Amino acid sequence: MSALEQMYQQVIMDHAREAHGRGLVDLGLPHTGESHQVNTTCGDEVRLRVVLDDDTIKSISWEGSGCSISQASISMLTELIEGEDLEMADETIDAFKALMHAKGQGLDEQREDMLGDATAFVGVGKYPARIKCALLGWMALKDAIIQAQKGAPA
Amino acid sequence: MPLLPDLRPDFPLLARTVRNGKPLVYLDSGATAQKPHAVLNAEADFYQFHNGAVQRGAHLLAEEATDMYESARAQVAEFVGAEPDEIVWTENATHAINLVANGMANASVGIGGTESARFRVGPGDEIVVTQTEHHANLIPWQMLAAKTGATLRWIDVDDDGRMILDNLESVVTERCKVLAFTHASNVTGIVSRVDVLVARAKAVGALTVLDACQSVPHLPVDAKALDVDFLVMSAHKMLGPTGIGALYGRKELLDTLPPSQFGGSTVKVVTMDTTTWLDSPHRFEAGTQPIAQAIGMGAAVKYLSDLGMEAVEAHEQELATRLRQGVADLPGVRLLGPVTADAEAGDMLAIAAFVVDGVHTHDVGQVLDDRGIAVRVGHHCNQPLHRHFGIAGSTRASAHVYTQPEDIDALIAALADVRTFFGVAA
Repeated sequence: MSALEQMYQQVIMDHAREAHGRGLVDLGLPHTGESHQVNTTCGDEVRLRVVLDDDTIKSISWEGSGCSISQASISMLTELIEGEDLEMADETIDAFKALMHAKGQGLDEQREDMLGDATAFVGVGKYPARIKCALLGWMALKDAIIQAQKGAPA
Repeated sequence: MPLLPDLRPDFPLLARTVRNGKPLVYLDSGATAQKPHAVLNAEADFYQFHNGAVQRGAHLLAEEATDMYESARAQVAEFVGAEPDEIVWTENATHAINLVANGMANASVGIGGTESARFRVGPGDEIVVTQTEHHANLIPWQMLAAKTGATLRWIDVDDDGRMILDNLESVVTERCKVLAFTHASNVTGIVSRVDVLVARAKAVGALTVLDACQSVPHLPVDAKALDVDFLVMSAHKMLGPTGIGALYGRKELLDTLPPSQFGGSTVKVVTMDTTTWLDSPHRFEAGTQPIAQAIGMGAAVKYLSDLGMEAVEAHEQELATRLRQGVADLPGVRLLGPVTADAEAGDMLAIAAFVVDGVHTHDVGQVLDDRGIAVRVGHHCNQPLHRHFGIAGSTRASAHVYTQPEDIDALIAALADVRTFFGVAA
């Protein structure tokens, strides 16, 4: 597999084409948080909304535009994190960041299991200019959770 | 039109390989150009044999350094048809534009006194730019308007990115104090109608500031013939080093524009509460200057002059047509701007910015990079023009004297495969 094929694995291409969670959802619940993140190098942006039910992430929805790496990454995090508790979300976010800084080498088995299909982004770590693309949604997720915990009304 | 000989042996970097040993196809010269041995050697020679502080000191090295530094200024001046004391060293073109805009802001609060009154702007006055400016020739003018209460206006562009000049008299009016515009677009490659714009500015008594970053490296440019008041350029786009650029200004303007950076080597008399400035260019060159870089810029303009700018222009016109037509002919690819220039507009630069249907610019750049082809992706520091085109960004290929037709052909061949790779080709 060439470095390019490793970066654009089929599962990433599939998520980029048919992304999960696109379209902001308003549940009208109090613990709703939103984050708007922009990749200044290309102008890509995402607005991501999180709804908390106690310690559970009840809903993730988003709107935005960007390259296949950023869109697939947001789609995959939606699948992975929705329905999980906050502790699991934090660990998964940390694992994904670690994957991005692993220079294409991958992680230990436990963290790769946690990331599931998102381990397909391992190839992005070889291209420093693209790490920001893959992280865009995850940064929005981290920030939106903080906003939701503050109890900001929808 | 004849091409230049293959100059790649003069540019050591172009011999390296990238991404699994692929030969480099460098098509990002609009962002920064590669450097010939002549420039690299000029900088090294200065540091190895002549390094000394300029314009001070009484020893041989200081004399040699000053002579080389001022000779470089004279070379750059001659290159753009100016006198040596009409060339101010700056960090880059961005710095040069800020130097003019900030000087005008200082004049507007009274610095420089009545001698600098012609640079004053305030409420009721207008500053005019265009919709096709690089951020560096937009934001300094936005800030000048914000500081002084003057109004910022702009010349719109049409669907192809050409400045709309039919209604120029209603945009550039008697209220206009300064008209700042690009000589050639860093996105569409369109060369501006400097003659029309300068004539209108002169008719209303407005100063003109020409962003010549993209033109000076590729076309013969004569500041006096263009009849602009100020002109800015950046060495690193013209085969020279980073960290150095130049501002051309008509002598009587440079001698009365207040400085905006203050320090040593710029002053006549300093008391505890007053300062009077040296004449230009020294009033603007505060602190220790980038001496080796200035000498490198001198070597770069000598290299270009030895090629002959008419020959450079002919070479790049040949490449421009091959590049822009080649991109425009690809199915599913949208070229920004016209394929070729209108008859009266003259040249276009050998630049092509484009959008591949269904594929994000970063993804396009990644596939090209995998083939060893270096291009620019994103908005190229020109968000308003991309917004005008209804897009967030584009992929841009740009050529220089060392670019060969086969480089263009490699790009076109790779682009033909991009849509297939991402599964969006019909």
